[in-house]
Order: sequence, then structure tokens, then C-alpha cells
Amino acid sequence: MSTESLLEIRDLSVTLPTDSSALRAVRGVSLDLRRGETLGIVGESGSGKSMTALALMNLLPPAARRQAAAIRFGDDDLAAMGEKDLAGRVRGRRIGMIFQEPMTSLNPVYTIGRQLIETMTIHGGTSVAAARRRAIELLEKVGLPDPASRLKQYPHEMSGGQRQRVMIAMALMNEPELLIADEPTTALDVTIQAQILHLLSELQRELGMAMILITHDLGVVSRAADRIAVMYAGDIVETGTTEAVLSAPRHPYTQGLLECVPGYREASARRLGSIPGIVPSMTGEIRGCAFAARCPRAVPRCHQEDPPRRPVAAGQSDGAARSFVCHDPEETRGRGFAGGDTATGPAIRRGGDSVLRVDDASCTFSVRRGLFGKRKPLRALDRVSLDIRKGEVLALVGESGCGKTTLTRTIMGLQTPDAGTVTLAGRPLGEQPARQRARLIQPIFQDPYSSLNPRQTIGDLIRRPLVINRLGDAREQRARVHRMMDYVGLPSRVFNSFPDQLSGGQRQRAAIARALILDPEIVICDEPTSALDVSVQAQILNLLLDLRDELDLTYLFVTHDLSVVRHLADRVAVMYLGEIVECGPGEQVLNRPKHPYTRALLDSALSIEPSLGVPAPDLAGDFPNPMNRPSGCPFHPRCPLADQRCRQRVPATETLDGTLVKCWKADTPPPSGPLDVRPDHNNKEDAAP
Amino acid sequence: MLNYVMRRALLALLVALTVSFGTFALFYFATDPAQTIAGEDAPQEMVEAIRVQYGFDRPITVQYLDWLGGVLQGDFGQSYFWKQPVVELIREHAKVTLLLAFSALAVTILIALPLGISAALRPNSWVDRFALSTAVSAQAIPNFWLGLMLIILFAVTFPIFPVSGDSSWRHYVLPALVLGASSVPAVMRLTRTGLLDVMGSDYIRTARAKGFTGYRLIVRQALRNALLPIVSVLAVQLGNKLGGSIVTESVFSMNGLGRLAVESIFNSDIPTVQSLILLFVLTFVLLTLAADLINAWLDPRIRMG
Amino acid sequence: MTLKETVNQTDLAAPSPHQEALGLTPGQAALKRARHHLGLQLGLGMLLVMGVFALLAPWLAPHDPYLQNLSLRLLPPAWVDGGQWHYVLGTDHLGRDYLSRIIYGARISMMIGLGAATIGALIGVTLGIIAGYFGGWLDQAVNFLVTCQLAVPSLLLIMTLVFVIGQSITVVIFVIGATHWVFYLVVTRAATLRIRELDFVAAAGAMGASKWQIAVKEILPNLVNQIMVIFTLEVAVAILNEATLSFLGLGVPSPIPSWGLMIAEGKTAMFFQPWLVILPGIALFVLVIAINLLGDGVRDVTVTNRRS
Repeated sequence: MSTESLLEIRDLSVTLPTDSSALRAVRGVSLDLRRGETLGIVGESGSGKSMTALALMNLLPPAARRQAAAIRFGDDDLAAMGEKDLAGRVRGRRIGMIFQEPMTSLNPVYTIGRQLIETMTIHGGTSVAAARRRAIELLEKVGLPDPASRLKQYPHEMSGGQRQRVMIAMALMNEPELLIADEPTTALDVTIQAQILHLLSELQRELGMAMILITHDLGVVSRAADRIAVMYAGDIVETGTTEAVLSAPRHPYTQGLLECVPGYREASARRLGSIPGIVPSMTGEIRGCAFAARCPRAVPRCHQEDPPRRPVAAGQSDGAARSFVCHDPEETRGRGFAGGDTATGPAIRRGGDSVLRVDDASCTFSVRRGLFGKRKPLRALDRVSLDIRKGEVLALVGESGCGKTTLTRTIMGLQTPDAGTVTLAGRPLGEQPARQRARLIQPIFQDPYSSLNPRQTIGDLIRRPLVINRLGDAREQRARVHRMMDYVGLPSRVFNSFPDQLSGGQRQRAAIARALILDPEIVICDEPTSALDVSVQAQILNLLLDLRDELDLTYLFVTHDLSVVRHLADRVAVMYLGEIVECGPGEQVLNRPKHPYTRALLDSALSIEPSLGVPAPDLAGDFPNPMNRPSGCPFHPRCPLADQRCRQRVPATETLDGTLVKCWKADTPPPSGPLDVRPDHNNKEDAAP
Repeated sequence: MLNYVMRRALLALLVALTVSFGTFALFYFATDPAQTIAGEDAPQEMVEAIRVQYGFDRPITVQYLDWLGGVLQGDFGQSYFWKQPVVELIREHAKVTLLLAFSALAVTILIALPLGISAALRPNSWVDRFALSTAVSAQAIPNFWLGLMLIILFAVTFPIFPVSGDSSWRHYVLPALVLGASSVPAVMRLTRTGLLDVMGSDYIRTARAKGFTGYRLIVRQALRNALLPIVSVLAVQLGNKLGGSIVTESVFSMNGLGRLAVESIFNSDIPTVQSLILLFVLTFVLLTLAADLINAWLDPRIRMG
Repeated sequence: MTLKETVNQTDLAAPSPHQEALGLTPGQAALKRARHHLGLQLGLGMLLVMGVFALLAPWLAPHDPYLQNLSLRLLPPAWVDGGQWHYVLGTDHLGRDYLSRIIYGARISMMIGLGAATIGALIGVTLGIIAGYFGGWLDQAVNFLVTCQLAVPSLLLIMTLVFVIGQSITVVIFVIGATHWVFYLVVTRAATLRIRELDFVAAAGAMGASKWQIAVKEILPNLVNQIMVIFTLEVAVAILNEATLSFLGLGVPSPIPSWGLMIAEGKTAMFFQPWLVILPGIALFVLVIAINLLGDGVRDVTVTNRRS
């Protein structure tokens, strides 16, 4: 790594006008980046991390205003550069950029080839033929097979992962000195995320470019970044080498954030740390430290004076600046966040009798392609069997399109299976009236912005299940709602508020209250935390586990986040293309996976592990289009172990060490190589501070 | 693609059949054509004789199929009022309407597109505000009244253009302005919001990050996407103009299809009204089909389904 | 640690200032935006004034709008040579007071506008929710209906229907209403399709709500804003349609004072007494622009900055 400075940002601010006042999205950020270095900018939503990146190239929304003392990039000052120079000499040429949404970031009406080639030709000096050669070379490099014919394809003919690869190739066309990647993998599935991140770090090393990686995911930065800048409320609160910041965080916010990540401290800790409150709105004058209101160490002067930047004692071998912005008050030193205690040891309960059984359920949709296209069958569920036992947390894991949602809808009775049965409390689900079913099973959805009717007040929508099921009179119902709100930690003053007035976490609490007010046996949690920020996610996970103990609930927990699974699951079921490929006790499946797909998922999960790089999952290709199911074992086109038998015959389900597996090679030991990079999560305490 | 065209053409045919049967039924149940042909004061026996002679006593389906059979052979029947084949009537009046509709479309495009585009490129600027207030006002002006005002202004106070008629190009200037203005608000607003959406999209941000800016950003990245909704709305507007210049033609006393339609209605000339409605419906459906095909050519997502 | 403790602890640990700050309810937010929306206030103000005139026409009009006085035919407005202040806006070809007729005309326009837009809304919203929520063949049938309706030139259809059924205010209201439901339908259908996929609809299904309950209690309330906006715009369209229809002689029958009819009657004397055409036209223009300003304003004010 060279020590030559590439980028120096000094005192960058961005303000966005709103209805009433100006929103200060970025407040005086200063950053340094050296050639060839990767800087990870981490923060929760609204922290201003994306705005910082967009401000560099002046790609902000039209209404936004940017101010900076200097943005020195090489010999130029980007802050003083006009639009024409910026577009002609810097954007796309010396700085490449990748965005979060691969599905919408490519122009839908032009071919991939045109979009790649014009990236070079627009800056002049390159012939179309040369640009074409470069495009083919780069597509090959980003791992798209048959690159020459790809050039003729349109974006809609590709999957999200493939489009993101095209985006990367496009950003690299002019060999930029700096690559800015704004949440490049957030919209992608776990296995694809690992592939893309691995690709990025390889390319970066090969081309010697610097990279700014913007993400909310501490696992991602821990693996991919050399240095970290933690952003909170528009400012960088702590910066230093990845290793140093993550192993010995100094700012209370960084500390709190890390405590919130499942598995950061200990796999067995049943309660996560949490940061109370929400990010303050950044309008008007901000006095003192923006974090003071949520900080356990806050003293009066934190609320009044701007905190100083404190360098951390030298002694860093690489000389990287390490500092944090905090009053760091003596009197509260050593005080931390609530929760995070390890006292409540692992309370894994085996689960009792089966309360819900799914037997051989299949579900096929016929999907029309285009307005008048032919209808084609889409097999969303293929002979799925599952049972949920009283009191357990059963985690259902899989990537998008694997049939998780269809399975939960089938279990809730919102979808009738073509074949097979669902048995609830001893009786077939189809024979039970909707209201009886409703009192046994209730869902909690992923997105609390979509799961609460914006036209109903919080009180009304929590009460709605009681009204529909005609339980009690109005007064009793209201009393129950108040009790439930108290239970989930919603202040009673929001009873008459509308969902729009609440924060994401509060909304999810309301959704939980609504699900629990009928006193159900089983709660289906469909990614209940993945739309939330890390600190809020921790609060909700804690709440869900407490409620489980308190109300004796059974959870079917659908998620793609393996650290969450590791944190709370008693049993784990893994889904792939409408089938359950592995199902068994949590510690078995997570520590001794039998199915190669489970192994690949575990390899792709990025826990906070600064000492490790991005793993290269041994998985070929993308998640297949569910419309074209491969013959034989549906996983065989991507499987490193597949042979002739796998390609031809569907494997049967067998039981190995108490785990159900659907694989011809389940008893074959995993091959050596990249798969062994995975750390032993049982000994995680050793790695963590 | 061929499949798509076939299905769309089939839909168009179905629409034309449904609508023509609908109007046929309306007239069948609500009017007495025999009385109309005979005249108000004709004796009852004469009305009955006409009823039998023209076959108005047959069931509706038989009459409809009879009419439809004629239409398929190019025979749209005989006008009760003008006493000549409807085909001839239509041929005589079509030229005026065609000329008027296309010149009006040109007026719409010339005003609405530049206004909409410049408004979208500078949202909340004075151009934008001007364009929006133009749209709001144009929407509120009754079309026939605008025609009368233009006549008072340009034909009487400052006699530049003729008051009425359709014999020279000068006769078309004011009508085209009036008819063209009626579509300006819709087309302008759609152009503006469509282009605004495109300019705010992720792929335009990508293009900017690649180094596109100014004129090249709009022409080489945004235009094609922004054209999609505009093509559709222009087809609809042209369809409306070809079938509905009733008001303009009446105000300026032009002998087009719209005026023919109004007079046929007033004179209960069922075969003419019937045929005109079928003609208008077919024109409209074919125009929207053409727009869909243009959009399929512009947008690979539609083309490749 | 028990649940109770957790909750209390969270509350204690969350120092109030930031959690206290609840945003505005959707209604409050809309009102707040309305206070800064000039167009909306202007439109509403103009409408209120015209509404008062229409409601109180018998008391505010200086003369009987039907009273003919042939000796005072075609008086120009008072500010023109030969005008009288007793007839501020002059008289028409039958010597009727023009100001009184214009004031009464506002009644006709508003009545027809509101009536027709309501009928259109009933048809369009019902069909839109059915098509969007139930989908399948119902959706296809409704879509076909829309294509047919759009393909027929609407003015020609309205004229034919009025001619066949007979001329009266009620007929005009029903015919205009019955031919102006497509806009409601298209918007409600699209919104219903979008809302149907939202999780709160699935949640309602999971709590045992029937399809009917979901359509009425969960989906419909979310369409109200959009329906309101379309309603105002359709009132304006209906008013213009009625005027056109009356102008062509197939709308409100004479001698009822409809602005369109007044323009048609004034047209014959247009070249020497242009005010007869200009004045009702201005009245129409002002009424319609006020309604449109209100409609655009309502749309601007009620947009929820919901995350999508």
C-alpha cells in the first residue's frame, strides 16, 4: 500500500431544504484517503454516508447545497471545479461509482454493450473498437461468461447479481484511481454479496485503485476495509484502522453499535446490547454532541459544547490517524449500554409437541411473461414437509425466490397448496375457519412501513384483530390494547398517532403488539428486523425473545441473516428453490452443515472479523430463475460436489445425526480449500476483545 | 412480437364490434327509424309500410348482422337524411377533418413539448411556473369559447383570417390553434412529469457518474425513456381529434366529420351516426395500437416481453 | 430479566427529547402545507365566493333571470356607452338581465358538475376496486370496458345519448357522469393493485378479515386522497362538458340560464355585442380555474412522503 495521499476532504457539509427548515445531512466531514487504500464509511440510515459520497462528485439531488473548504483529489480541488470539468475530467474517468440498486441503475432501453462502451468514448480519445475490446475484457474479469454476446443483452435480461457485475465493469472502464461503492451489495442475496465483495477486493488489488466502501453492515466493512470511518448524524465520530476501531472502539456510539450486532460478543449471549432512542432530526441549530441524548455516558457538558476530536495515542505501526469525537467524560468512564449481559445463558429449549405440521405441500403458480406472453408454471413449493414444535424458535433460511414467503403464506392460510396438507393444532388448516386460525397464528412482517395501514391510528390497528374476531366490548378492547402497548414498550401517548408519525422501531413494536393481541400460539416472523437499522434491530430481537419467554410463544423466524439465526434459533431449516434441503437442530446445522448449499450460505455470511478477508464462496453462478428448475437435484448447477447422479436424480430426504438432509453427497466430507476459511464460531470469544 | 401484434389487433376488432353493437342496440331500443324516414306527421300505415320495407321489424341481431355484412363489403348503408350512400358522405367530409386534426397535432407538439421539457429540466424555475400556469389556464378555457374569442379578435377586430369555412389554408389557422390548444395541458403535464421521473431515476444518476452532463445527458440517455409516455398520449390525442373535432368544426363552420356527426344526430340519421362511430372507434384503436408498436420498438422490455 | 423490567428500562434509558417529538398526523401535515399553498387558497377563496352566489342566487340576483323586457334588448354592460347601471352587465336578446342570469348560471354549472362527478366516482371507484382487488377475469372484463369507453369519442357519445333520451338537467347529469368514470377507475385500480400487495392487507387476511372487510376497511381509506383530487378535476371537466353540450344545443334546455347556452344565444349577436359571449365565458373560466387550482392544491397538500 502506497502512503501517497489521493483524496483529502476538508470540512464538507451538505444541506437539503425541507418544507420548514434545512436538513443538515452532512456536517463538516473531513476525510483522508491514500492511493490503493480501502476506506469503509459505516453508519445507520440517515447518517449522511451516501450524501458524503455523492457530494464528492457533486451528484447530489438538485435542491441540495454543498459546502467544503477543500476536496483535494490528486492535484485538483473538486470543490472548486465547475460542472463541465467535473463531468469531463473526473466523473467516470478518474472516479468510478457503483450504486446500491443494480435493478434500476442501468438504462433499461440500451444494451449493456452501448452503456459500457460510451463510458469510454464519451471522454474522447478512444475508438469504439478499443472500448469494445476493453468492455469484453472487463466483463470477463467480473465473472460474466461469454462476454462478447453479453454486449448485445439488455439489462432486464440479467439478474441483480449480473447487473451489479456490469455496473462494476462499467465503473472500471477508464481505470479510475478511486472507486466509490455505495452499499454495493445491500440489495443482493448473501451468497451473491460475498461473490461481489470478493470480486471488488480482488480487482482493487489488481488495479491498485483506492476504494470508498459505504455500508451499514459492520460485517462487510470488517472484511473489506483497511480503515473505517463511523458516521453518526452527518459527522464522522470515530476513525482508524479497521482492526483498531472494531476491536477497541472508543466512541460510545461505535461501542453501542457493535454491541447490537448478534454474534459480535458471544454466540451464546441471549440479549443484545441496544442504543435507546432514535437518530435526532438534523434540522436547525445542533448544540453539543449529536449523540448525547442517547449516550449512557453523557454529562451536562455533552449537551452544551461541541465535542473535541481526540486523537488516540500513537504507537500505530502504519501511522494511520486514529481519532474519535467525544468529550469522553472522566466521571462516566466505564459506563456502557444496557443489555449485552451474558448472565442469561443459552436458554435453548428443545421444544415440545408439534403444534403445526406441513406435509408434502406443493404450490405452483402460473406466471405470465409480459402482457400477452404464454403462461408458464412456477413451482414455488416442492413437496415441503416441516413441523414446528411448541415453544421453539425455528429459523427458515434461504435467498430471495427460494419460496420462503409462499411457505409462510401457506402456513397462515393465505395460500392454498396444490397438494399436501398443513395441520394446525391437530386439524387440517383448510377445515378451520379463518378466525379460528387467526387466533392460533399471527404474522410479523419485514417492512413496518408496509405492514401498518397508514390510515389507521396505532390504537385502532392494534385493536383491529379484536374487532374482526368480535372479542370483548369496545372498553375491554381498548384496555387490552393499552396493556399490549405497555408490553411491547410503546408509550401510551402514541395510541392516537398515525404510523407515519412513528420511527421504524416503534412501528415494528406496534406490528408486534397487533400480532400478539389475539394471544396466538405461533408467530411467523418474516424478516422482522431486516428493514431496520442495526441498533433498532437489537431492540426488536431482544423484545421478541423476551415476549417468547413471557407469553410462551412459538416462532417461525424467516431470515436471510445467519448471525440472527445463530443468535436465536433452536432449529434451522434451509430452503433452496422451493425445497427444504436441510433441517435440524441449530448447533448441528450451523456448525456441522451437511448440505453443500448450507455450507455455502455459512461461508458467505460476513461476521465481524477484521482479521479475515472476504471469503470466496465455492458456488458457481447465480441463483437460478425459479421458472427454469434444473433437473435432478435443483442445486447441482452451482454445487461444487455435483456428479452425474445429482444431475439426473432428485435426492431423497435422509436423516443424518438428527438432521434431515436432501443431498446425494450429504455424507461426503466438505472439500478442503476456501470452505475451510470459515472460523469456528464456537470459539468466537477468543477472537472478540 | 408477432404474437403480440396479433393479439392487439384482435382486441381492436373486438372493441370495434362491441361498440358498434352497443350503439346499434341503443338506436334499436330508443328510436323509431321508420317514423324518422316517414316524417313526423306521416300516417301510421305509411310508417308501418316503411318499417317492413326497410326491415326494421326484424330482430336486432338479424339487423345488426345484416348491417355488419354490408360494412364488411364496404357498404355502410344509405343516409336517411342526405339520401346518399354513407361512404360517399364520409369521403366528402374526411379531408377537412384529417387536415384539421394533423395541423392541430402539430400545434400541440410545438407548444407542449418544448414547454414540458424546459419545465422538467428546471423544476420550480420561472419556466416551470409559466408552463404550469399555462396548463392550468388552458385547461379552464372552454374550447368553443376560445374559438369565438379568436374569431372576434382575428377575424373581426383585426381581420387577418377568415371567420368560417374550409376552402383555403388560411381557414385552418384559427381552428388548428383552438383544437391544438385543447391538448396542450395534458401533453405538457405528461411530458413534464415523465421527463422529471426519468431525470430523477437511478440510471440517469449512473450516467452522470459516468461523465454525462448537459445536452448529451438528455439526448443520449434520457430522451428515449421519456418518449415512451409521450408517444402514447399523442396517439390518444390524435385519435380524439380525428373523432371529435365536433366543437371546432361547428364554431368555424367547417364541413368535416364532426359536423357531419352532429347534424346526423340532430336529424336522427342513424346509418350515418352508426358508421361514423364505427369509423372513429377503429381509428382510435388503430392509433393506440400504432403507439404500442412504436413503444415496443423504443423499449426492449416491451419488445422482448 | 422479566419483560416488565425490560420495558421500563428502555423507557428510562430513552431520554425524552427525541422520542417526545412526535410528528404531525397526516391531517395536520396537510393543513400545515395548505397554509403555504397559494394556489389552493386562491382556488378555495374563489370557489367559496361563487358558491355563496350560487346558493343565495334568489337573494343576490338583482332581477328575475327569466323576466323578459323586449324594450331593453341587448343592452351593453354599464361601463360601455349606452349601458345602464340598473343592468350592470347589460341584457340579452330577450331583454333579460345578464348579471342575474350569470348568477343563476353558477347554480346550474355547480349542480351539474357535482352531480356528474359523483356519479362518475361511484361507477369508477367501484369498478376500480373490484378490478384491482379481485383481478382475474373481472379485471380483464373491466379493462375491456375501459378500452371501449376510451375508443368512442366522448362528446359524440354524450350527444347521442342526450338526443336519444331527451334533454333535461337530470339527463345531462347522468349522461356526463356515466361517461366520465374512466379516470377514477384507472387510478383506483392502479392504487388498489399496489396496496393489495402491501403487508397490511396480508396482515388483515391473517387476522381473519373477509375480502369485503379488507376492500372497505383497509384499501378504500387509502384511496380517499386520490379520489378527492380526481373528483375536483372531474367536476371541472363535467362543467366544461355541460357548457359545450348546451352550446351545441344538446344540453340544458332553454330558457334555463346555463352559461354554455347563453354563449350560444349570444353568438348570433356576437359581432356587434361581443359582451354577450365574453361574459359567460369568463364566468366559466373563473369557476373552472378555481376548481382546478383547488384540485391541484389538494393533490400537492395530501401527498404523503411515505417511503415506498
